[in-house]
Amino acid sequence: MMLLNWEFIAKYLPLYQKAAYLTAKIGFAGIIAAVAVGLICAFVQYYKIPVVNKFVSVYIELSRNTPLLVQLFFIYYGLPKIGIKTNSEVCGVAGLAFLGGSYMSEAFRSGIEAVEPIQEESAYSLGLNKFQTMRYVILPQAFAISFPAFMANVIFLMKETSVFSVISLMDLMFTAKDLIGLYYKTTESLLLLVVFYMLILLPISALGSILERKLRRAGFGI
Amino acid sequence: MPDLGFEVLLKGRNFARILEGLGIALRVSMISVAMSIPFGILLGILAAWKNIFARAVIRCYLEFVRIMPQLVLLFLVYFGTTRAFGWNLSGEVASIIVFTLWGTAEMSDLVRGALISIPAHQYESAFSLGLTKSQVYQYVILPQTVRRLLPLSINLITRMIKTTSLILMIGVVEVLKVAQQIIEANRMSSPNAAFGIYLTVFALYFLACWPISLFAKYLEKRQVC
Repeated sequence: MMLLNWEFIAKYLPLYQKAAYLTAKIGFAGIIAAVAVGLICAFVQYYKIPVVNKFVSVYIELSRNTPLLVQLFFIYYGLPKIGIKTNSEVCGVAGLAFLGGSYMSEAFRSGIEAVEPIQEESAYSLGLNKFQTMRYVILPQAFAISFPAFMANVIFLMKETSVFSVISLMDLMFTAKDLIGLYYKTTESLLLLVVFYMLILLPISALGSILERKLRRAGFGI
Repeated sequence: MPDLGFEVLLKGRNFARILEGLGIALRVSMISVAMSIPFGILLGILAAWKNIFARAVIRCYLEFVRIMPQLVLLFLVYFGTTRAFGWNLSGEVASIIVFTLWGTAEMSDLVRGALISIPAHQYESAFSLGLTKSQVYQYVILPQTVRRLLPLSINLITRMIKTTSLILMIGVVEVLKVAQQIIEANRMSSPNAAFGIYLTVFALYFLACWPISLFAKYLEKRQVC
């Protein structure tokens, strides 16, 4: 077993920090965009808005049944050929939004649908209007129900950011592969890679389980 | 409008080569699924055991494999273990190892979830009817578990197919790599080929996964009734 070269690790630590920052930044931007897309799609499907509803179902099937890597290749290398040009950061966020939108929408929709119809009826009979019913009665309960699925999606999307090196973003994978190629310090490069992904993903996962427990104790929903 | 790549697709063996590339990706995912399902079931049953030590070890394995991006796992096995232990792995073998490890973790979690979701009164009622332990499992618990597990494990197949697109990154010549080669080779004659070729790859992945997803959805619906 070889020993680790600490000098090498110390020297390239800042490079990984920068890459981790980029990974986290684009990851969070993508997740926020995915939540926005997901919410819109969930509402369209819940209220069954004609025509748009059909487009949303097609989008969800397309997005759920193709890999992010292929989606990114198409957005980054395919779309510019018909005049839609993006830089790699925008492309990364767009890719995550396209992929994540459908997963988020499914999570929100199942949450909204899990709220019993009697809740909606009671709210109407109390004189709340459609918006108030959604805002004060259905959404708080739906949020608590769909939270575990939402959190799982957040972690899933954060993990998916690892393919961003194909659209020439200098993320963690890119840095690791670069260093392996340049200096042949495979063990150190991979160790740093694992450590930095842990630093990004473990807090999200821990925060998720804490919030989940809190929500359950709050006694919202079922 | 200049050629957007659909003509390049029909040239020579281009389309056949893309299909062959997809075949390689599908082969890797099928082998990995075929190994993950039995291993996952075994591990899932072990994880439901009461032995604290076994549970701790399994838990660590599950947490690590599930929190790391699959691409990181691929790098660890393809670059890391080959360097550390001095053996030689082809990209395909490395990816089968990684996807089996990952699939096993996912499958065992599904099994554990399905086992826990069987309410305790099912066991109690079965015992009170005088069934022996093996009879309880054979006639009462397993049929219900399998029915809950089936749509979920079929979903795992589509996830596996989607995840195997990553093997491009460790140098396996699969569908995306073939697509890149075709675009590169026709750079002069049709510079806009990337659009059509990547759209085709997108469509092929969709055609591979969609029927499986529909089947899983159908099974899920039938189970509710």
